[in-house]
Amino acid sequence: MISISRGTAIARKELRQLLRDRLTFGMIIGIPLLQMTLFGYAINTDVRHLRAAVADQAGTQRSRMLVADAEASQVIDVVDHVDTAQQLRARLRDGSIHVGVLIPRDFERRIQDGSRVAAQLLVDGSDPLILQSALGLRALPVAGRERRNRRFGGMQTFEVRAYYNPERRSEVQIIPGLIGVILTMTMVLFTAVAIVRERERGNLELLITTPVRTIELMTGKIVPYIGIGLIQVTLVLLVGSILFRVPIRGELSDIYLAALAFIMASLSFGLLISTFARSQFQAAQMTLFFFLPSILLSGFMFPYDGMPRPAQWIAEVLPLTHFVRMIRGIILRGASIGEVGAEAIPLAIFFAATLALALTRFRKRLD
Amino acid sequence: MDEPYAIESNDLTRRFGTLTAVDHVTLRIPHAQIYGFLGPNGSGKSTTIRMLCGLLAPSEGNATVLGLQVPKQAEILRSKIGYMTQKFSLYDDLTVRENLEFIGEVYSLPRHRRHQRVGELLERYDLGDQTDQYAGTMSGGQRQRLALAAATLHEPELLFLDEPTSAVDPQSRRDFWESLFALCDAGTTILVSTHYMDEAERCHSLAILDRGALVAEGPPRKLKSEISETVLEIEAEQLRAARTALDRIDAVESVAQLGPRLHALIEADLEHPEQTVRAVLDEQGIEARVEKVEAGLEDVFVSVTRRRETSPARP
Ligand SMILES: Nc1ncnc2c1ncn2[C@@H]1O[C@H](COP(=O)(O)OP(=O)(O)O)[C@@H](O)[C@H]1O
Ligand SMILES: [Mg+2]
Repeated sequence: MISISRGTAIARKELRQLLRDRLTFGMIIGIPLLQMTLFGYAINTDVRHLRAAVADQAGTQRSRMLVADAEASQVIDVVDHVDTAQQLRARLRDGSIHVGVLIPRDFERRIQDGSRVAAQLLVDGSDPLILQSALGLRALPVAGRERRNRRFGGMQTFEVRAYYNPERRSEVQIIPGLIGVILTMTMVLFTAVAIVRERERGNLELLITTPVRTIELMTGKIVPYIGIGLIQVTLVLLVGSILFRVPIRGELSDIYLAALAFIMASLSFGLLISTFARSQFQAAQMTLFFFLPSILLSGFMFPYDGMPRPAQWIAEVLPLTHFVRMIRGIILRGASIGEVGAEAIPLAIFFAATLALALTRFRKRLD
Repeated sequence: MDEPYAIESNDLTRRFGTLTAVDHVTLRIPHAQIYGFLGPNGSGKSTTIRMLCGLLAPSEGNATVLGLQVPKQAEILRSKIGYMTQKFSLYDDLTVRENLEFIGEVYSLPRHRRHQRVGELLERYDLGDQTDQYAGTMSGGQRQRLALAAATLHEPELLFLDEPTSAVDPQSRRDFWESLFALCDAGTTILVSTHYMDEAERCHSLAILDRGALVAEGPPRKLKSEISETVLEIEAEQLRAARTALDRIDAVESVAQLGPRLHALIEADLEHPEQTVRAVLDEQGIEARVEKVEAGLEDVFVSVTRRRETSPARP
């Protein structure tokens, strides 16, 4: 006979245990909240405040007004003024801007003419969402042209030139960042679990009675995973370039250098988790809590520029944000490690801080 | 060995929240002895050993192990001690040889010496046939020998063994104790915890722990001869009835069943204990053989843990 009361007994017991397991309970409440706020904040396909530089070669009152109008639309924020198209392209490549506004010397004549576009937008096409927003600027009205516009069949103000992903294939944009997403998940989880497993199985009690030093234990634990991480990078690069024809424009050595910096930061964070987690399951839960904001706020899914300030502050702390910037720069825009290397500094700080914290938290003690 | 004792502790205490797991334990353990911790589960044996190894900080009191303060100088101590944890703590997914080699490396034994030691120990502890077997697939006795091999690989002066025979059959236990005597003869000091009386009996000296406190200490023989009660052995058909009858006698402090017999602890100042007990049993119509016997370790254990229970001095 199936007994309802026995079934209820199990259900009540389960619920009681669930309420006592704070971390699991936290996940039940926390994950939906976290997902909703992060998604709510981050999903913003109508991206605004794209960092832009202007090369105003005309230098007329009208050209300055055009730039001011573009900025007033909030699609772009002008962060710099340069002289040549070449300089705009260089800044696109190193990732410091997403949009370059090029106003040619014959701007006024083009306005009068009306059959030609008046100016150019040079856009970082490696992110389709950015490109889409920039396309919204094409028809920005310019003083003295409205009437003629009608006559000439609606010639646009701006011609948009997408760089780095002219076919606008989404896999091209996703795969470089995917390296970072995969590494975040595996590297953090592997190291966290590797130490917690020893604690759980009792190996650690023996190990800490031996002359092994904390630093030896920690480095011994993470070094093998550096190798594993680099193998994963190779795998994604191979599959990405063969199957998805993602162009690898930068140097391989630069890709591996960037990956190495990122792997170290992820591993040391895994070590830090291992000093908190009491079980492998807890380690996995904590990793998930780190993984979610990483994937949502790093710019991997949604452009950084479109996120509100607080989300951007969080993003700046996350290693994945900096890695995504570096790796897209190197793979898609052919940037060198020198050009995007500034992003490695936050990674190094993150690595040093989490490692130091992990080392001080991990004592060769049971209490 | 400049210091007179291998282990010295004064009022060693450890609290976990409101629970006092180890309660003002003062120890003097000489060199090259097998010293036992006897006590039931939860009496603080493991916690004391962990403090002596420097794995737990005492809440109060202090301890000196091989002349080194713990936990302050624990790092220096580590290469001089071996610790066999209560729960098997080698790697289940490594083979016997891999485990031993790993431990050898961790203790920085030079390569040649390491191979030599591993070979020696595989032979000494009869693990030759299991060399390439995963530790996780071995029997309790085999694991225990492997754990002992690992704990002694670096030839420590002092060996801590926490309930080493709890998952082991009687024959393996006897063999294991032979190995301990061999180590002790070679000069190793051994501190072993157990809840088996027959094992405690084999120790040179032992400490009886009860709910964290040290309630008796000394060589087993001395503990038995100094017991403060008279021990009567009662053999009867109706053990249960006999027991009920005994419990009603004021002078009977406790009754414990040992196989087919009862052991009763009687206040020492009761005159003619045998006759008194016999009279009571006769009165109840219980046929029994009553005999005054030498105290066993079990009796000592009951005696000292009982005294603490009844003493009002416990804070
Ligand atoms: N890490 C700990 N946290 C809380 N309580 C503990 C801890 N370790 C041991 N105890 C408690 O301390 C007491 C003594 O435990 P232990 O030293 O393991 O006893 P034994 O080894 O004699 O069985 C027990 O009541 C146990 O529950
Ligand atoms: Mg124990």
